[in-house]
Amino acid sequence: MNDDITSASTAHPAPARRGLGAIARSQMRNIAPFLTLIVLIVFFSVVSPSFATLGNVGNILTQVSVTGIIAAGLTFVILCAEIDLSVASIANATGIAVAYFTLQDSYVNIANVPVPGWVAILLALVACSALGVVNAAGLVVIGIPSFIMTLAMMQIAAGISALLVRGQIAYKIPALISTLGSGSVGGIPCIVLVAAFVLLLSHLVLTYTRFGRYVYLVGSNREAAENAGVNVKLILGAVMVISAVCSGIAGMLGVAHFGSAQQNEFDTYLLDSIAAVVVGGTSLFGGRGGIGNTIVGLFVLGVLNNGLDHVNIDSFLKILIRGLILLLALIINVYAQRLRETSAD
Amino acid sequence: MADAPPPILSLVGVSKAFGGVQALQDVDFTLRAGEVHGLVGENGAGKSTMMKIIAGVHADYAGRFLLDGREVRFRSTRDAHAAGIAMVHQELSIAPDLSVAENVFLGTQITNRLGMVQWRRMAQEAESLLARLGVHADPRQQMGDLPIGMQQLVEIARVLFSGARIIILDEPTSALSPPEIARLFSALRHLRAAGRSIVFISHFIDDILSIADTVTVFRNGRKIMTVPAADTTKGGLIQSMIGRGHAELEESYTNDIRLAAPAAGPVVLEADGLCLGRSLRDVSLSVRAGEVVGIYGFMGCGQAELARVLFGKMTPERGSIRVAGRRLRRGGTAGARRAGVAFVPDSRRAMLFHQEPVYKNTSISILGRLSRLFLKPAQERALAQRQIEALRIRPPRVDALLGALSGGNQQKVALAKWLTYPPKVLVLSEPTRGMDVGAKDEVVKIVHGLKAQGLAVVIVSSEPETVLSMADRILVLRKGELVREFADEIVSKDRLLEAA
Repeated sequence: MNDDITSASTAHPAPARRGLGAIARSQMRNIAPFLTLIVLIVFFSVVSPSFATLGNVGNILTQVSVTGIIAAGLTFVILCAEIDLSVASIANATGIAVAYFTLQDSYVNIANVPVPGWVAILLALVACSALGVVNAAGLVVIGIPSFIMTLAMMQIAAGISALLVRGQIAYKIPALISTLGSGSVGGIPCIVLVAAFVLLLSHLVLTYTRFGRYVYLVGSNREAAENAGVNVKLILGAVMVISAVCSGIAGMLGVAHFGSAQQNEFDTYLLDSIAAVVVGGTSLFGGRGGIGNTIVGLFVLGVLNNGLDHVNIDSFLKILIRGLILLLALIINVYAQRLRETSAD
Repeated sequence: MADAPPPILSLVGVSKAFGGVQALQDVDFTLRAGEVHGLVGENGAGKSTMMKIIAGVHADYAGRFLLDGREVRFRSTRDAHAAGIAMVHQELSIAPDLSVAENVFLGTQITNRLGMVQWRRMAQEAESLLARLGVHADPRQQMGDLPIGMQQLVEIARVLFSGARIIILDEPTSALSPPEIARLFSALRHLRAAGRSIVFISHFIDDILSIADTVTVFRNGRKIMTVPAADTTKGGLIQSMIGRGHAELEESYTNDIRLAAPAAGPVVLEADGLCLGRSLRDVSLSVRAGEVVGIYGFMGCGQAELARVLFGKMTPERGSIRVAGRRLRRGGTAGARRAGVAFVPDSRRAMLFHQEPVYKNTSISILGRLSRLFLKPAQERALAQRQIEALRIRPPRVDALLGALSGGNQQKVALAKWLTYPPKVLVLSEPTRGMDVGAKDEVVKIVHGLKAQGLAVVIVSSEPETVLSMADRILVLRKGELVREFADEIVSKDRLLEAA
């Protein structure tokens, strides 16, 4: 009864009265990351002459590509208000798998199983999809919270990586992967094009397909989606598989980009990809944000990482600064959610 | 009450606004020692708001608040507790994972001098306190394992025996069975005899009249009148509550109702031998096209579970459900939707997306029909526009955020979702819970309209008025079993309550 009063009171923000302030408040999660990005670009351009050069723009684009592919898949998961902590491990395992199925030079002491290049790629894709299916099954069939389920998968995938390379380093990978990961077309690195393609495709799926709409609505109010007859479990399972496949692709290209496949090669990518999604303004509570936000987030992190290399700064301090920026983004994320709820609910 | 004891609490000229909405306007209220004071009024009339001011929930209000003749202003519920005021809120607020005894003494655990909890003493005292309300539960049992009515009684017990001298009960009887209500009332009479003051808010006017000494009526944030309960009647109270000639409607609920002759349409929904733990025992029913079947039972009798099973939210352990002859297999809610079952849950929050525009709310259940893969936003908006016009949703904009609509308009959006392509079966869970008389009237009209379109409608409710006003046939559920069917005969609220 009293609920009715309170909801009635806040229920009429009277569209006519919604001025710029209200719009800014409800768009806070999109505006804040973009402003951050502009401030960072201006700042580094002023303090470092080597920052705002065409060559360095190419550097930044290349540096964020692997993270970008992982973050594209992760965006689906976070939009559903779930999390995937196994992305970096799955990337690593898939990268190692594709090398494992390629003939290595004789000095590399790995008991590998050489197959033709396209078969190796296919097997690697099957492997990462399978890991995604296990994540999905744990989440929707057994009912393990995704945080815990993917924590376990993080360890499992790391274990698979360890078993396949046994402390060795593999260098040979299929030619196609090699081209996509380290080649370039007309001066543009292929890996940047692949990342752009994956991000674009993800954006189209999220914005223009029925599946994409369900992803947003499941994240926005899971119970209401279920009560509307949406197969919530199928959607949640699908996003876990999408995330794993994106990680797998990133893993293969990453191996080509780095020039080798070895254990723990992707460890920093877990934090980077989650940070990219969240810094960009996609809500950890689900239903808000998207690939556009993720791209902004990627560039905030990319510019920050790259820019700190261009200014004379203690390299140990860099780690702390990154942590602080992430904290700031999380605060904005939670705060934007609250602003939106009070203005719309 | 023959002689009038002195007022223990009084509000003078109290007003309270939420945003631009005036919830309370210049209200005077007096509570005397040793009285049970009933509060009635439609939803949003201001009853709960006033009580929350008294209980220290709302600290920001205009006007004066006198306790024992001295002016006070509570900043928090702690202040109110310290002054001996305790409230049982409308929504159950218990700790389901703690024991019954811990719930009875929530926040007031019995400890020894070292501050250690005395479990045995706490269990013994909890048991004897609950026995005074006629609840015989093992105090060591987990709270969540009790039936909902008993949980409510445990929460009431916590407040009643907390030593508070002013006790506020907001809709305490909604989840209780008649014998439980009788025991609660006898406990309240004991407390009254001991000089405690009790405020009793309820939609159930019969309950108010049987326990209250004084009744105050609210309407639109204003106090309409305060009268001795003995000097008023149900009809009189309803009249002043709604302030317009709606009394016939409420009358029609309480009089005998002649149920319609059996419908002749084909059987659309057929459930056979449904079993689900302790909630459903061998429940079978069938509903024809153009028929409204009401399923009535006290809260916690399994009716909520039955609604969920019919929509595929829960899988029964045994038994089958057929829709238009086709067996519904384990496909979850998506399978049920494809088979032609629609579901309206009891809370708006569980069916709407507050941060999304109206058109996304109305299209969610039909996206599959609109598109195989890619969305068709233009069509979505056009359909939403049609629904907005048909149901007169305000504001009439497909892009309006749902959260910006009023409650009633949100309710219409929730229904609109299922009306573009009418389903074969509509399952409504508690469709009128917490609604005022006017809103109930709207729901009745919509259900009659759907019935005329040939839908099979199932209404699951623990409010007898709801099923009586809408159903052609009524099934009574008691502790998970269908115990009685009323069809083609004369039925009344009394008979329904008796059967349950």
